[in-house]
Amino acid sequence: MFSGRLQEQYTDSTQQSETAQLGMWVFIATEVMFFGVLIFSYMIYRVAYPEQFRLAGHDSFILLGSINQALLITSSLTMVLAVRAAKADQQRALVLLLGVTAALGLAFLGVKGFEYAKDAAAHSVPVVDYIFKPGEHRPTEIFWCFYFVATGLHAIHLSVGIALVLILLVRASQGAFSPGYDAPLEVIGLYWSFVDCVWFFLFACIYPLGRAGP
Amino acid sequence: MSAVDIGMAGAVPRSYLGEEYTLASWLFTRDHKRIAILFFVSITVFFFIGGFAAALIRLQLLNPAGTLFQPEVYNRLFTMHGIVMVWFFLIPSIPATLGNFLLPLQIGARDLAFPRLNLFSWSLFTFSGLWAIYFIFIGGNDTGWTFYEPYSSNFANGHVIVAAVAVFINGFSTIATALNFVVSTHRLRAPGMTWFRLPLFVWAIYATSIVMLLATPVLAMTLALVAIERFWGVGIFNPVLGGDPILFQHMFWFYSHPAVYIMILPAMGVVSELVTCFARCPIFGYKGMCYALISIAIIGFFVWGHHMFTAGISLTSAVFFSLMSFIVAVPSAIKVFNWTATLHNSRISFDAPMLYALGFVGLFTIGGLTGLILATLSADIHLQDTYFVIAHFHFIMVGGTVSAYFGGLHYWWPKITGKRYPEMWARYAAILTFVGFNFTFLPQFILGYLGMPRRYYTYAPDLQTWNVLSSAGASILAVAYALPLIYLGWSLFHGKRAGPNPWGATGLEWRTSSPPPKQNFPRTPVVTELPYRYDPRDGSYTTQDGVHFAEPTLGEASV
Amino acid sequence: MSARMPPEPVGPYVIGWAVLLLLLGLSVLAAYEPIGPIFQPIVHFGIAATQTAIVFILFMKLRGRPSLKWVFAAAGFFWLMFLFGLSTVDYATRSGFPLR
Repeated sequence: MFSGRLQEQYTDSTQQSETAQLGMWVFIATEVMFFGVLIFSYMIYRVAYPEQFRLAGHDSFILLGSINQALLITSSLTMVLAVRAAKADQQRALVLLLGVTAALGLAFLGVKGFEYAKDAAAHSVPVVDYIFKPGEHRPTEIFWCFYFVATGLHAIHLSVGIALVLILLVRASQGAFSPGYDAPLEVIGLYWSFVDCVWFFLFACIYPLGRAGP
Repeated sequence: MSAVDIGMAGAVPRSYLGEEYTLASWLFTRDHKRIAILFFVSITVFFFIGGFAAALIRLQLLNPAGTLFQPEVYNRLFTMHGIVMVWFFLIPSIPATLGNFLLPLQIGARDLAFPRLNLFSWSLFTFSGLWAIYFIFIGGNDTGWTFYEPYSSNFANGHVIVAAVAVFINGFSTIATALNFVVSTHRLRAPGMTWFRLPLFVWAIYATSIVMLLATPVLAMTLALVAIERFWGVGIFNPVLGGDPILFQHMFWFYSHPAVYIMILPAMGVVSELVTCFARCPIFGYKGMCYALISIAIIGFFVWGHHMFTAGISLTSAVFFSLMSFIVAVPSAIKVFNWTATLHNSRISFDAPMLYALGFVGLFTIGGLTGLILATLSADIHLQDTYFVIAHFHFIMVGGTVSAYFGGLHYWWPKITGKRYPEMWARYAAILTFVGFNFTFLPQFILGYLGMPRRYYTYAPDLQTWNVLSSAGASILAVAYALPLIYLGWSLFHGKRAGPNPWGATGLEWRTSSPPPKQNFPRTPVVTELPYRYDPRDGSYTTQDGVHFAEPTLGEASV
Repeated sequence: MSARMPPEPVGPYVIGWAVLLLLLGLSVLAAYEPIGPIFQPIVHFGIAATQTAIVFILFMKLRGRPSLKWVFAAAGFFWLMFLFGLSTVDYATRSGFPLR
């Protein structure tokens, strides 16, 4: 997948690496639109049904959401340190840091799965297993629908990221990366950090609701 | 043609077609030229599938009794026609075929920035196409290509989720291609090829790609939500459950209006190439044309509400969208004026590509002007959801985009295949297209004005004459579209060999052999001239020293 | 380009990591404060935007001279403003939604 050799349409490896990063930024712009429109639809309903969304948001598990955010933030750090290690030709550190990054990503998925189980136990799964708490009406289902769609899509993106990091890990352990060739690390590092950023906004949408006041 | 410096001394290198002949070498190619041909084959198949659905629709509408098909079947036919034509033909047509083939050549590069991503784009397209064919096979659905809520999730008959999946995957093909084009244009231009030395086709593809990148993800999310609502029955857009159906329309049209600019901008790029070449004249107002392309791309994102004037949006927002829709017509009009000014006092040769380009200018103008009528709130109240709208967008998409696509196909056919097509047959086909098209769609303006609603399997009996005229026109159009299939196919085996520059045109693509070698240019072109440098005295392009070729660098293969 | 370079300092990245965690803590604390339905989204989305900016600038290396990368990085957010803004014109001036 990452051949390491200079492709024929480029004049040198710097141009190739810079171009690959530019391509990832373009892709990130499309992802901003993708998640952005989802958050937009969420905001419309939150403004339309503020009380219902507060009631619904109260039942989300802010501790688990926070743990997950901390995991992702740390994984962004380890990923950028991995790229740094490649640039400094520290092969062992590179492999280790990639491994930690992937592990943190997997930990996120584990916590998320646990959280989904708790959501199901609390009967917060729309249509499938949903009970209206006192004072709740239909719009709370819209909140939970958004919750599952948004976190589900995010989890899919994260899973793709984990798979890519694992591929990088295998390649790195075979010595594929060096100060002269680290484009795939940079590019996937960008993707990884972006998936982290998406979670910042999803967190703001889902977890802080309905905890203030009586 | 005078000797053209194509940077090759001695023997012409092996063309990209002759590199390898195995099926695997085609299906797993990374050569943008081969990928362009893969796309060409795919979209041609879908063009005829969508066209077949159109033929059935026009057959049904021959008489108001509407007994040819059951109403339910008719609904599925126009849905299928729309979905297939929009996503599986029009949107990829010029960008994925002509754009893929020509963009690297016109910027002087050896390939796109990400060749494997390019192949992946075609693979995604094919995968989505298989889903689309499966969708047709299992009976389609009856929502119309617009998937309006809450009908599409709660009440539609047929397979909404399958359609949504097909279009969703198709969207990622679009995004991949657009990403490649944008990055390539920024990073891989040949030495000396500054932005304002680029052909307008490149500008058009670039503007199209920007729109593709920013709009398509919104469609992906919208259709995902529709599929989720249909599958799980949650009330995202369902008013009974607290949702807003108009939210769906906002999200859908935020993509789908820019989508029509995705369909027309590349066509405008092609027309600029054709008009300059066959009028032997530089384009009038080159920079204005560039800015117009970018303006259309941007302003096109501000007008989507004009599809929703009668849907229930507020008057305030309707007025705003109407105003923006008027404004977006301005850069389009500037382009029409500039093409016309280019033609003025020039030496026009009526080759087949030029006939298509001239047809485009006229038909696009009519389509654009009728768009202004629809953008007028008071008129739209009466014309919305009538055949007036159908005529309007077919003038733009068929009279416009399809004409430009055929024009471009003919123009670049010698470059792509190395063969000349039979010119007289091509001219007949172009004229027949124009005649057939007008017979098909001009009556539809009248029908809409007289109140015939769209998407109805029947109509008031006194409208039959116009409908028969329209269907008759459609049969002429069918012949006109079949003809190129025949003579272009014939030319592959029996056409005359084409030289590097059979039209004597400007542009880097004509400075390499026909067909080009796999790496496009054995020696890197270095550009010092502005585009369209036709000699104003006699329209010739013989002073070709605006492009020279660098010496091969170490490791770079020369001929 | 193949020369081994001295590794860039780790400090800024660790500081950035710490600041991000701090902002997370701030967000959680703010969730329990009765700041009202108008300020709540502003505070929380403001924190999210700040965290995103830190990640973009520090971890995703969007610094130095303004470049094409910045344009693409900003493009999505900028375009979202059009979606949000123009749709909000409709929702703000329409009386038909929500129904109840």
